[in-house]
Amino acid sequence: MAKALHFIIDKCTGCHQCELACSGMREGVFATERSRIRIFELKEMSKNVPYACLQCEEAWCMHACPVDAIFEVAETGVKVLLEDRCVGCKVCTIACPYGTVNYYPDAGKVLKCDLCHGDDMGPACIASCPTGAIELAEREVVGASGAPAPG
Amino acid sequence: MSWARKILRVNLTTGDCSSEPLNMEWAAQYLGQRGLGTKYLVEETDPTVDPFSPDNKLIIATGPLTGTIASTAGRWSVITKSPLTGAIACSNSGGFFGAELKTAGWDMIIFEGKSPKPVYLFIKDDNCELLPADDLWGTSVWHTEPAIKEKHGDDKIKVASIGEAGENGVLFAAVVNDLDRAAGRSGVGAVMGSKNLKAIAARGTKGVQVNDPRAFMQSTMAAKKVLAEHTVTGEGLPTYGTQVLMNIINESGALPTENARDGQFEGAEKISGEAMHETTADGHKNLVSNNACFACTIGCARVSKINPKHVSVKDRPEYQKESGGLEYEAAWAMGASTKVDDLDALTFANFLCNEHGMDPISFGSTVAAAMELYDVGAITEEQVGYPLTFGSADALMKIAEQTGKGEGFGVEIGMGSKRLCEKYGHPEFSMTVKGQEFPAYDPRGVQGMGLAYATSNRGGCHLRGYTVSSEVLGLPVKTDPHVTEGKAELAKAFQDLTAMIDSSGLCIFTSFALGLDDYQPQIQAACEGDFSGEKLLEIGERIWNIERKYNLAAGLTGKDDTLPKRLLKDAIKSGPTKGMVNRLDEMLPEYYKLRGWSEDGEPTAATLGRLNLV
Repeated sequence: MAKALHFIIDKCTGCHQCELACSGMREGVFATERSRIRIFELKEMSKNVPYACLQCEEAWCMHACPVDAIFEVAETGVKVLLEDRCVGCKVCTIACPYGTVNYYPDAGKVLKCDLCHGDDMGPACIASCPTGAIELAEREVVGASGAPAPG
Repeated sequence: MSWARKILRVNLTTGDCSSEPLNMEWAAQYLGQRGLGTKYLVEETDPTVDPFSPDNKLIIATGPLTGTIASTAGRWSVITKSPLTGAIACSNSGGFFGAELKTAGWDMIIFEGKSPKPVYLFIKDDNCELLPADDLWGTSVWHTEPAIKEKHGDDKIKVASIGEAGENGVLFAAVVNDLDRAAGRSGVGAVMGSKNLKAIAARGTKGVQVNDPRAFMQSTMAAKKVLAEHTVTGEGLPTYGTQVLMNIINESGALPTENARDGQFEGAEKISGEAMHETTADGHKNLVSNNACFACTIGCARVSKINPKHVSVKDRPEYQKESGGLEYEAAWAMGASTKVDDLDALTFANFLCNEHGMDPISFGSTVAAAMELYDVGAITEEQVGYPLTFGSADALMKIAEQTGKGEGFGVEIGMGSKRLCEKYGHPEFSMTVKGQEFPAYDPRGVQGMGLAYATSNRGGCHLRGYTVSSEVLGLPVKTDPHVTEGKAELAKAFQDLTAMIDSSGLCIFTSFALGLDDYQPQIQAACEGDFSGEKLLEIGERIWNIERKYNLAAGLTGKDDTLPKRLLKDAIKSGPTKGMVNRLDEMLPEYYKLRGWSEDGEPTAATLGRLNLV
């Protein structure tokens, strides 16, 4: 079944360990700026909101990419970015209705969550979260709590 | 790796910013943050320097683990000579600023000289520049932080700044970062103000790399599991914050009350962590949520809200928003010590301390001393402008605002309790050690804390050797708080381990659950070089001794290793510790001996040689 990250906003304490786990495992450096998952700080509401790619069934980023750098893994529904192929045109960052694809200028490429595709340990962010605010859930039910499911 | 291996040197007199390599030989001996910052201060300044002179330096230091995924790895420190104590000052803070500075590629910033005009330092990775702060001078931390973010159009900039208190030379002014985290103690904010430095703003995208990523992930994950499963770090602190202690310490009869006239406060429950969770009759709850600093698994920080109907804020909507809530020591200083049992009033005073940049411990304890001066008639209503009576929430709120803004009798409070009590003829009312107000644990009821306060290198402080952990909480092993036997050894062990943790980039609160065997693999995996447990403890001991050496050179002596007479002579009047005093003289000689110091408290040549401090 197709799965994606599911966030329980009220559990997030804003420690950013998910970002550090993501950048540490994927980029070999602890830098929140280079994470595929991001914490959005809503200071006025004292809320910290994690967000990352929702692995949409109808993935606009994938359709928009002019060089076919994003492909779908048939059995899991995960959309994976081929970094070697990405030319850094940023069209996917505009196409994504949720703003979850980020451009990283130093590399000239985008960063997109692929649920740690190919890593048997699974998404590093989930393992790193001290409060269980990140889960892997059926794609049909994911999305920030209360938001409509993508599709 | 793990160190960025780079120091930013900022000459405020000339306006020059320059980069230089970190001295890796010193890093191997002092780790980072508290230890390494002190080593640089010792090497570069005269210990007899006037703290407010341009010749004093202000060092901002991260640790090797700062900015990594190790739990609580967001710590950073301010090291300088203290205007409050005349001793070494090292104040430690969390939040996100320190990690951002490290992520920008800097281990440390050394500020020297004095700027002719108000400035702030802006760092964007390798690019560093001093920018004018004329429009920020005279404004609060709460104004400065968002103003800098807005000016640069980047909400991800992290800021450490001073408020009006730091500008006005309040001797317990703090450096505040991320709005409500602070390098609070010993007046480091006043030194920053004396240099016309309003703020440091950092934005980093480079990141931090560790030496052995696989071993580092394994060791940090293992430590996180221990933290998450521990009753204090996994349950007590996330639920109640440090305020979990208010009722515990009060019940043990070790809550200094009414400027330490007694050891129990009848209003303690009303200002406790439990009370912050309660919903009032009109539907208000003080605690909104807990919050975590950078990479923290514990999440002890409080987010609080004052009842909008409370007299403090009912006509001031700007204070009705959520902000950093009470820590235990702040609630004690402004509450039990002054006998104010109004939780909303304490939260308001706490907001003001953050807004204007003040240490709530020294502030609250100084107000308590002033209340005692008022009580005996040494200061009058005419002088203050209103009755400064014990238990008056109105007085506390007024004086907090006046001290923060440098108005009225607040100017007098801003000199700290030692100078205030001397000025008004009652030095014995000052609850200070080496001129710094001691916090929320009465050494008459917790004997080891008496020794820890007396020997703390930065003056009265609970964070240099937290023997309460053993004596009250039973961690790592329970000892009897009412006996002095074994406390010298206990204090030394806590002091050395703490000095090491304070130099690593991690938070001291991890030590409720973690031991040397948990820290060692994290540091070893992150850092190049050999960091055995034995070596790490030696680093801690070396740091303790270099601080001691600095203080002796600054003019302090073994005679300063003492406590206010009240704690040594006047017994607690009621409760479970009734009749007790602190028996420092039973512990101090043994402590000196264990430290390898002379009877006068000076490190012997052999000790200095062993620690490579000659």
